[in-house]
Amino acid sequence: MTEKRQGKTVKVAGPVVVAEGMTGSRMYDVVRVSKHKLIGEIVELHGDLASIQVYEETEGIGPGEPVADTEAPLSVELGPGLIESIYDGIQRPLNALYEKEGAFMSRGISIPGLDRTKKWQFKPVIENGTEVKPGDIIGEVQESSLVVHKIMVPAEVSGKVDGLREGEFTVEDTIGIVKGKDGETKLQLMHKWPVRNPRKVIKRLAPNRILVTGQRVIDTFFPIAKGGTACVPGPFGTGKTVVQHQLAKWVDADIVVYVGCGERGNEMTDVLTEFPELKDPRSGEPLMKRSVLIANTSNMPVAAREASVYTGITIAEYFRDMGYTVALMADSTSRWAEAMREISTRLEEMPAEEGYPAYLGARIASFYERAGRVQCCGSPEREGALSIIGAVSPPGGDLSDSVVQATLHVVKVFWSLMAKLAQQRHFPAIDWLTSYSFYKEYLKECFEDKEQGIQMDEMIKQAMGLLEQESNLLEIVRLVGSEALSPKDRLALETSRSIREDFLHQNAFHKVDTFTTLEKQYEMLKMILHFHKVALEAIDAGADTADIFKLPVREEIARAKYIPQEEMIKISEIRNTIEKQIGEVSRLVGTNVSR
Amino acid sequence: MLKEYQTVTNIYGPLMLVEKIDDAKYGHIVDIELSDGSVRHGQILQVENDKVLVQVFEGTTGIDVDKSTVRFLGKPLTLDVSPDILGRVFSGLGEPKDDGPEIIPEKSLDINGAPINPSARDYPNEFIQTGISTIDGLNPLVRGQKLPIFSGAGLPHDDMTAQLARQATVRGKGEQFAVVFAAMGITFEAAQFFINDLTETGAIERAVMFINLANDPAIERIATPRFALTAAEYLAFEQDMHVLVILNDMTNYCEALREISAARKEVPGRRGYPGYLYTDLATVYERAGRIKGKKGSITMVPVLTMPEDDKTHPVPDLTGYITEGQIILSRSLHRKAIAPPVDALPSLSRLKDKGIGPDKTREDHADLYNQLYAAYARGKEAQELATIMGEDALSDEDKKYMTFADKFEARYVSQGYYDNRTIEQTLDLGWELLSMFENVELKRIDVDLIEKYMPRFREKVKS
Ligand SMILES: Nc1ncnc2c1ncn2[C@@H]1O[C@H](COP(=O)(O)OP(=O)(O)OP(=O)(O)O)[C@@H](O)[C@H]1O
Ligand SMILES: [Mg+2]
Repeated sequence: MTEKRQGKTVKVAGPVVVAEGMTGSRMYDVVRVSKHKLIGEIVELHGDLASIQVYEETEGIGPGEPVADTEAPLSVELGPGLIESIYDGIQRPLNALYEKEGAFMSRGISIPGLDRTKKWQFKPVIENGTEVKPGDIIGEVQESSLVVHKIMVPAEVSGKVDGLREGEFTVEDTIGIVKGKDGETKLQLMHKWPVRNPRKVIKRLAPNRILVTGQRVIDTFFPIAKGGTACVPGPFGTGKTVVQHQLAKWVDADIVVYVGCGERGNEMTDVLTEFPELKDPRSGEPLMKRSVLIANTSNMPVAAREASVYTGITIAEYFRDMGYTVALMADSTSRWAEAMREISTRLEEMPAEEGYPAYLGARIASFYERAGRVQCCGSPEREGALSIIGAVSPPGGDLSDSVVQATLHVVKVFWSLMAKLAQQRHFPAIDWLTSYSFYKEYLKECFEDKEQGIQMDEMIKQAMGLLEQESNLLEIVRLVGSEALSPKDRLALETSRSIREDFLHQNAFHKVDTFTTLEKQYEMLKMILHFHKVALEAIDAGADTADIFKLPVREEIARAKYIPQEEMIKISEIRNTIEKQIGEVSRLVGTNVSR
Repeated sequence: MLKEYQTVTNIYGPLMLVEKIDDAKYGHIVDIELSDGSVRHGQILQVENDKVLVQVFEGTTGIDVDKSTVRFLGKPLTLDVSPDILGRVFSGLGEPKDDGPEIIPEKSLDINGAPINPSARDYPNEFIQTGISTIDGLNPLVRGQKLPIFSGAGLPHDDMTAQLARQATVRGKGEQFAVVFAAMGITFEAAQFFINDLTETGAIERAVMFINLANDPAIERIATPRFALTAAEYLAFEQDMHVLVILNDMTNYCEALREISAARKEVPGRRGYPGYLYTDLATVYERAGRIKGKKGSITMVPVLTMPEDDKTHPVPDLTGYITEGQIILSRSLHRKAIAPPVDALPSLSRLKDKGIGPDKTREDHADLYNQLYAAYARGKEAQELATIMGEDALSDEDKKYMTFADKFEARYVSQGYYDNRTIEQTLDLGWELLSMFENVELKRIDVDLIEKYMPRFREKVKS
């Protein structure tokens, strides 16, 4: 970074520093503060005064210290080397920092986001002499066993390619040139992009495909689309992080970007130790081979926390531009909003609700707007998708909180976590009555077998109907006791319980239960509803509900979730057992009558 | 020679504005000499041109604008450390408070510390035996975890923390351990109880205390846990010790922060606490943990009293959002003389699964706590139903679960503060209590485990 314009600090208040003599500086320019060269970003300009949010601890800084403007906005480096990395909120590689500086974070260190010494095997996919424009794919690097990194022509570069060649290159080496109208541009494996600007696309397409997560309550009842948006609000300890981790592990995306924004250090360690061990169910490769992690934990500087979601989303957009399906998890967007609030307070801005700045809603909206299914820039023509799943941590679990409300305005899926369910150890504690998804209708198209898709759609409606009926029936039981229920009502209660316990409840830490394919979800739901149907017929024929409820097959239904994918046939066999056992009960009724 | 200034212009609440200063740095400390010669301590909260805003730890009572002299010390708050800090008692501002010898510092550490690089952390997974069944059996604590006690006014959290300090060990390991205790605004009696308890067992030799009592300056409390954690980091990561840090009471700490925030006329958040309370608490709690390649660890048990027993109050709420679970004390159990009155249902150790199992505790541990939890939850429901509709309204099955809940509270939860149970005793007690159910009713336990363990207890109960 070249350092040109120099100012001087006049004020230091926590993460915000004011400098004078900054005439000519631009909003969001990155500056280096004091002799420690702390990294900061200009967030307000008044005459020659610039207010700067500083990404590092400002202890020991006073007035009169130099402030150097780098004359570039906060940017991330995009190129091979992102995958399997763990970065702080402003893309400093945490592993490299650890090696260089030890276990505790020190100040003023800059290590570039991409390793400058590592060589990558690059293979062109176009001929020299081809006319190229921004976004065109010119070559590939096999970045990890799971990711082919497409090298694209950077924005604003077009012309004829020359000197492009296969070989081993560092991210800064010249791999070729583009001869344009205004001269030559060198091509490298990496380029930079300002994090606060969305990357360009040709056009946005409606998200109409489901992002399969392997989580039954999500896929079946409240699915998210590839390119869709979802939020997970809930009080502490209700399972937001576990949901986010589960998605990061099992979604059928090509790339996962996980942003730990203002949360626990140990949770990042958990990801770091688990992901290299866990295997992607589709490819059998370690999950880490498709993941990028951003960790700006709660005790790390708050301004860098504010930046972390932008760093994450820009990296995610970059992979989307290659034509990939990308999923970004942000845990927790509330901590991001609080970082905005802290900076805003120090800037002495006029607060809106709960002390949050008036632009809170706008920032949240424009963040989620960066999700989507798109037609990417450049040739070959391709589609990419970027889904965003944000956790929200409202104070006291109160959903009227500003961040929750602003988020619900923009996202299309709402997974509402309930303290009561979590305390009953019903996980995921997603409330089936208040959660919603706008992408439900696309689920049926995920099934290879069209007929299955249509059936699934009907079963989901029936199951949801039963759950709603259950909540009404339970109200009656509370008022007048269970004696008032008809045998059919009793069955409805029992089936709903089975839907809850045997289907919706899913143990994230069980080897098999942690992930369920759509086909298995279909079979499981079919089995439960089959029990309902057959039992209903038996009741009509005069069978006693108590006899039906204590049939041994119910134990098999309950254990079906632990049946591995390869043995799924066993689930359809349970349907036969259901018929046999209930048939037995009905037959006895028959003999009783005839006697 | 340090420069002295007599340019105090404003004093309000715990804050003081000093002008015409030329070399003040954010976060550094000052000495304030009053006209009577006494000295107080302050820390710089904001510097703007030549104006400096200082928070005064001992409060501003008696400080005057004209005659007070302010000295800028040019450094942040620091703690002098050496292995000799063990066994010593310090004030809430890190000054030796006992009559021990002067500590010859090995080094002087900034009490704010620095964040642990997430890449450098090692995952907490070593089981700590506390001897308390509701913790060991149901909510196991592991080394490097932060697990708070959510208490209420008048509940016996002091007895419980003393019990933890006395009993917590990792079994089968002759490793070095230490206890660091930070008192923030607790009573003399409570602090003395803790100190006496450690003295009786000899554990005092391995303890470091930072004591700010209820009648000590309130603002000082903002620094106290940071002193304690600096000592803990030194002992854990430089002296290879396993350190248990007890912070008591974080509610008082938060109130001190609120006082500063109100004096600065900041936009208040919920219940008047500042909007940055979460971040501030995180800089305290996240100092717990393990680090790769280091032998020692910091395990943290913060104690807080929930105003009106309300879990959604900002202090417990934000604490719960940062820590790895919580142990909740119940007033109704306390009234029933159950000690310690741990409310097992809403309590949770989020790292429990990492610390238990065949090589760590015993193979039946996980299934057992799931079963105990489920049966107790069911029993509690029945208890509630009985209070509303009368016991007659309960089905036989409900009655059985209610009996279980009563027994569970009387024997498993209630153990007193001096019963140090081994994990085997705790697990066996679980089996014994569950033996009142038929095997088929124990749905959460693997059939093989039931066959292996249960017969012994059925025999025992019969005889
Ligand atoms: N699907 C699940 N299966 C099993 N246990 C779960 C599941 N989801 C959550 N839990 C349990 O709940 C605990 C808390 O979950 P989690 O850490 O995700 O909460 P959170 O909502 O992220 O809380 P916070 O807001 O404090 O970060 C976990 O440690 C685990 O014990
Ligand atoms: Mg979480």
